[in-house]
Amino acid sequence: MTLEILAVDDSRTMRDMIRLALLPSGFTVHTADDGVHGVEVLDGITPDAIITDINMPRMDGFGFIDAVRGQEKHRSTPILVLTTEAAPELKQRARVAGATGWIVKPFDPVKLVKALQMVAG
Amino acid sequence: MTVDNDPMAEIRASFFIENEELLEALQDGLQLMDDGAADNETINVVFRAVHSIKGGAGAFGLEGLVHFAHRYETVLDEVRAGRLQVETEALKVFFQAADHLSDLVRISRDNDPLPDEETEVLLKALDAFLGDTGPVSGTAEEDIEFQPMGLSLDLDLPVDGTADLPDLDALPPLDLGPVTTTYEITFAPQADLFDTGNEPATLLRNLQQLGTAKVTCDSSRLPPLDQLRPDVPHLSWTVILQTDVEESEIVSIFEFVEGLCQLDIKKQGEPDGRDLPPLPDLPPVEPTMAEHRETLPQTPIEVTPAPSAPVDDPVSTVAAPTQPAQATAPTAAKSVVRVDLDRIERLVNLVGELVINQAMLSQSLEHSGLSPHSDAMSGLEEFQRLTRDIQDSVMMIRAQPVKSLFQRMSRIVREASAAVEKDVRLVTTGEATEVDKTVIERLADPLTHMIRNAVDHGLETKEERLAAGKPAQGKVNLSAAHRSGRVVIEIADDGAGIDRPKVLQLAIDKGLIPPDSNLTDTEIDNLLFLPGFSTAATVSNLSGRGVGMDVVRTSIQALGGRITTTSLPGQGTTFSISLPLTLAVLDGMVIEVAEETLVLPLNLVIETLTLQRGDVEMVRPGRNVVRVRSGFVPLFDLGAALGYRPPLDDFEGSVVLLIANEDETNAALLIDNILDQRQVEIKGLDESFYRAPGIAAATILGDGQIALILDPSDIISTAIPKPGLSQTSSDAGVPA
Repeated sequence: MTLEILAVDDSRTMRDMIRLALLPSGFTVHTADDGVHGVEVLDGITPDAIITDINMPRMDGFGFIDAVRGQEKHRSTPILVLTTEAAPELKQRARVAGATGWIVKPFDPVKLVKALQMVAG
Repeated sequence: MTVDNDPMAEIRASFFIENEELLEALQDGLQLMDDGAADNETINVVFRAVHSIKGGAGAFGLEGLVHFAHRYETVLDEVRAGRLQVETEALKVFFQAADHLSDLVRISRDNDPLPDEETEVLLKALDAFLGDTGPVSGTAEEDIEFQPMGLSLDLDLPVDGTADLPDLDALPPLDLGPVTTTYEITFAPQADLFDTGNEPATLLRNLQQLGTAKVTCDSSRLPPLDQLRPDVPHLSWTVILQTDVEESEIVSIFEFVEGLCQLDIKKQGEPDGRDLPPLPDLPPVEPTMAEHRETLPQTPIEVTPAPSAPVDDPVSTVAAPTQPAQATAPTAAKSVVRVDLDRIERLVNLVGELVINQAMLSQSLEHSGLSPHSDAMSGLEEFQRLTRDIQDSVMMIRAQPVKSLFQRMSRIVREASAAVEKDVRLVTTGEATEVDKTVIERLADPLTHMIRNAVDHGLETKEERLAAGKPAQGKVNLSAAHRSGRVVIEIADDGAGIDRPKVLQLAIDKGLIPPDSNLTDTEIDNLLFLPGFSTAATVSNLSGRGVGMDVVRTSIQALGGRITTTSLPGQGTTFSISLPLTLAVLDGMVIEVAEETLVLPLNLVIETLTLQRGDVEMVRPGRNVVRVRSGFVPLFDLGAALGYRPPLDDFEGSVVLLIANEDETNAALLIDNILDQRQVEIKGLDESFYRAPGIAAATILGDGQIALILDPSDIISTAIPKPGLSQTSSDAGVPA
């Protein structure tokens, strides 16, 4: 199953890694540099799932999730948060913000694909 | 590029390039904090820079880097959270940590051994800040295990990416064997499961992929339609799952919804797969959040199972293609291509050849006697213009702002000032000034040396400064600017200025000049550049490293540059480096002296004059001046200065070039003839040539002839007879 994914991360390296992890599975990957850019990119696409970093300039991951959930058509779009720490309170915070799930960085490409397939059905 | 075929290697390479940017942002942020100009976002930027470096480093298994970045980040996080106040002491450590982080990045890139000792020292210093805010060990931050995980991408993944997911259809229907276990899973979502974008149907489908599943939906809690709220779940499911996977696999499916639903997983009796009939396929799971929302209206008539969720709405899909151009615009605006430097070098060389070739063509066409108005000649003009445009564009590729160089210098100042226990502040201006990349690289060493000198010798100790009524903190100004086609870099300290009596005495003691020398201030200052000169009475381990200012001057000259000094007692010393914008081309004036063809940088020539009788006055034997309008300008006989011929005594009819000196004075150069004005390609003179003062480089002219490129200021300063100054030092370079 191929999916259309939007990945939001301010690190070019991370964006490249995500792209590299997902392309072999035939996914279509859009990227954005931060939350504000993510919202702009989202305006033109209907991704099956969204991956977002938390620490970003201009608009951070929490703000971005908020903005996405605020749009009626993305109320149920799965959003995975990329986090470096697997601390329960961070997961909780992501969840309160409306994230569907989380991926602990550095991620394993196979797991990332699997997690996306799991949430995007 | 050698990494074309390995995407990981390419990402790794781009990771290190990104790191350079992040480290720069880190430096900038810390500098802002140091300047007291930081706002709320500054600490976030600083934090993010370290955080991103850590994130990438983790992906590449660079544990040393991750380890340090993580602890650094932890302290920065304290600052970000407002639990730690940033004071001078903390900033000092932050700067050191940033320097160390940049070392670690470089070391990791080159796979060099890690400086563990240094790392430990800095980590201790960093951890000390956590000590004030609470017990360090056992806090939540400490407990967060950040485990770097090496990432190896297996690009042979099946295209559909289902490597780990058993294909339901491919499973043998009944041959489940003894390991098959039956689970009874009951699952009842709560409202916030929907808020997080989780979807019961997806979860159930994922379960189905683990084995054979029989799903029953309990819709008993479903209210009448007019009371139905789409965002409140009313359904629950019971799944009888026959699977050979571990229970943890089942649990992991529900990982994201843990706490958002009632979940009960029970193992059913003993494995008894043999007796069970094949279960029917998972029945369609209809009522989901998405459909609920579709059926929201109060009127029951509208309630028909909607075939598609709103996200699949064809309207929005159709609308999509019109958007991407606009949506991706922000990234396109700063799109960057990485190019191997070798390729650019090759392009630069080719353009150089093109310039020569064009010059040759021009020359042969001119000799062919064609009319200047002929098509060939006007075409040639166009060709010249294009060549020049190409040249400018190519040079622009190599131009880089001096910022990275200046940032390195701020590190040098920190280290140097710590070593000599002086409080020093580096102020940089003109960081955006662009200079040829090669020039920047080759400036690093001389600049480092001069900055160290400024901190070590230029600035006084704190006590001396206070006694002189100056602020305790010394200041070093580093600036870059474009000035009449050259780049001028200045290193200015607000120290005591050059101690001229001491310099003079030292030079005499070392036998560099005769004891009875009577030198002007400028001449004394220039003594600093003599080989083997060092003003430090005791050679400190900081700037006394066996190289002196003579080496600095040599490297600047090798770049086609000049270095000058101005110093005011009690107010400081300024070293000014003037460099050509590029190492490759020059607008030159082609001149003739004693039948030799030479090239002068055109931008230095203010005016050309043909001497009339009475224009030249003799001040004293061997010393003439030219009358230029209302003033007199010293005259230098180029042919004599370069040793081509004895000095002329009849100047009538000779040509004089009025030259602008670095210090804004003028001088007149006596030459025989002006041949041409044209762009020339600068060819550096190899190390094996003797470095003659006044000769900057060489070039190949249109007719294939080799001509030397002159540095007039250098000629003028060496040609001025220095009374009393040892002839060996001033004239050493004049070719015999």
